[in-house]
Amino acid sequence: MVTHSQSARTEPAGPPGPTSSAGVSERARPGIAQRILGFTERGWRPIALLVVLFFAWWAVTAAELIEPYLVPSPGDTFDAIASRPDYFWEHTWATTYETLLGFVIAAAVGVFAAVVMVQSATVEKTLYPLLLFAQVIPKIAIAPLFVVWLGFGIGPKIVVAVLMAFFPVVISMVTGLKSVDPEMLQLSATMGAKPGQTFWKIRFPASLPHLFSGLKVAATMAVTGAVVGEFVGADAGLGFVILQANGNLDTPVLFAGLLIMSLLGVLLFVLVEWLEHLVLPWHASRRTEGVTTTL
Amino acid sequence: MTGYAVEIEDVAVRFRTKKRDVTALRDVTMRVDPGEFVAIVGPSGCGKSTLLKLSSGLLAPSSGSVKLLGERVSGPRKDVGYVFQKAALLEWRTARKNILLQAEMRGMPAKEAKARADELIEMTGLTGFEDAYPHELSGGMQQRVALCRALLHRPPVLLMDEPFGALDALTREQMNVELRRIWQETKTTVLLVTHSIAEAVYLADRVVMITARPGTVAGVIEVNLPVDRDYGKTMSEPEFAKATRHIRDHLGAAAVAE
Repeated sequence: MVTHSQSARTEPAGPPGPTSSAGVSERARPGIAQRILGFTERGWRPIALLVVLFFAWWAVTAAELIEPYLVPSPGDTFDAIASRPDYFWEHTWATTYETLLGFVIAAAVGVFAAVVMVQSATVEKTLYPLLLFAQVIPKIAIAPLFVVWLGFGIGPKIVVAVLMAFFPVVISMVTGLKSVDPEMLQLSATMGAKPGQTFWKIRFPASLPHLFSGLKVAATMAVTGAVVGEFVGADAGLGFVILQANGNLDTPVLFAGLLIMSLLGVLLFVLVEWLEHLVLPWHASRRTEGVTTTL
Repeated sequence: MTGYAVEIEDVAVRFRTKKRDVTALRDVTMRVDPGEFVAIVGPSGCGKSTLLKLSSGLLAPSSGSVKLLGERVSGPRKDVGYVFQKAALLEWRTARKNILLQAEMRGMPAKEAKARADELIEMTGLTGFEDAYPHELSGGMQQRVALCRALLHRPPVLLMDEPFGALDALTREQMNVELRRIWQETKTTVLLVTHSIAEAVYLADRVVMITARPGTVAGVIEVNLPVDRDYGKTMSEPEFAKATRHIRDHLGAAAVAE
């Protein structure tokens, strides 16, 4: 895999670019006002798309093209939330709590597993099939088992969230830890660096961009995991809300639950992305506009 | 001490790949005096970079012996400075912090390291760019940072593996002039691998020619140019023309004979 850094470093033997021999390129760090302006400049298209989709939803229901009990209007959906704010708040919080806890545990377990795995090829070969097995087994199928084992409380939801979220973390972190320039490691050897120094000063920071892409995937998976956990047995959470609403054919509440759930995933994703900006201001993908960034 | 900075005696390096055994180097013997600037030229894939890896202990020879500063090399050596074709800088560190990595790894006193870094930053013309990140620097500037990092601990031997190979022609010439000056100022031993004959002759006191498959020493020539070498002037010296011609003939003849 060619990383951004490598492609940025190797220069063609052709004539130097405008900044090539002059040294530092002119790139002032933007102020807050500029950043907000920059965000609205870049961010208006997705926002416009959302507005259009929302309008389409409203138009379809207003024209009564579809029966209201199949697709409720945006107004009915928001009314469902507004009429029972405490109910929605309680269940949203339950799912948020499970998701966050599941995500944090998945991140910790994932990073730890990756660090252990890159220590030796033997350990990696031994653990990999187990990890893969844990990933491919359908979570919805084993979730009832966790309910049997752990009861109806928060336990099974967190276990399912962790199971769903930790695989992308391990894979990306292993890739990251292995992505270090071999010449950098050779240099480190001629510097007489101890293994711990090489790890903390070179390997670990170099792996962070990869880790964050894994964390972003994990963030969305954690929400799904928590809801799947709620589906098989719960008395709280958005999964519970949706199941109940489904049973009563209460589509406005069902849609409200879906809406909040999606929002939760997006928020967690953006939170991880914001953390990434904070931790890795130097990272190459920050410097070029990529499809994987929303900020 | 045997008196040599680098001593490579009858060395062979063989790699075992899945399909066959490859001999990278065979019957290689070369000696480098302390303070000498030696260039190694040869076609790509002739094993010239392998010679640097042997000298620093990053690679062990299949047979023969390698000595650095009179001591047999067994395992990575700390008493060298290494510069690769890629600058190999840490993206999350500024130029100065990249240079100081050397000091951190070695546990050098912070104050001494900082002073030395400032000295090198000035010597290599990096002043004003100390706090820039690698992606904000041009290829030439990045390579200067790599050079400073390699010189921070005042290594008795500097190993350079095609350090200017990725630079454009003009920057490369400029870097050649600066390297020659820095070598004169630091008086360190330099072993430079290059595929540019002109670069080798301009920079070095002696040029070792290596031919490919397997890598063997095709000959060694002394470059009888003055110590102070003006770039333009040197290029038009008869001795420069003679030396480059000699090397070209030698490497070319070997290629034809094969």
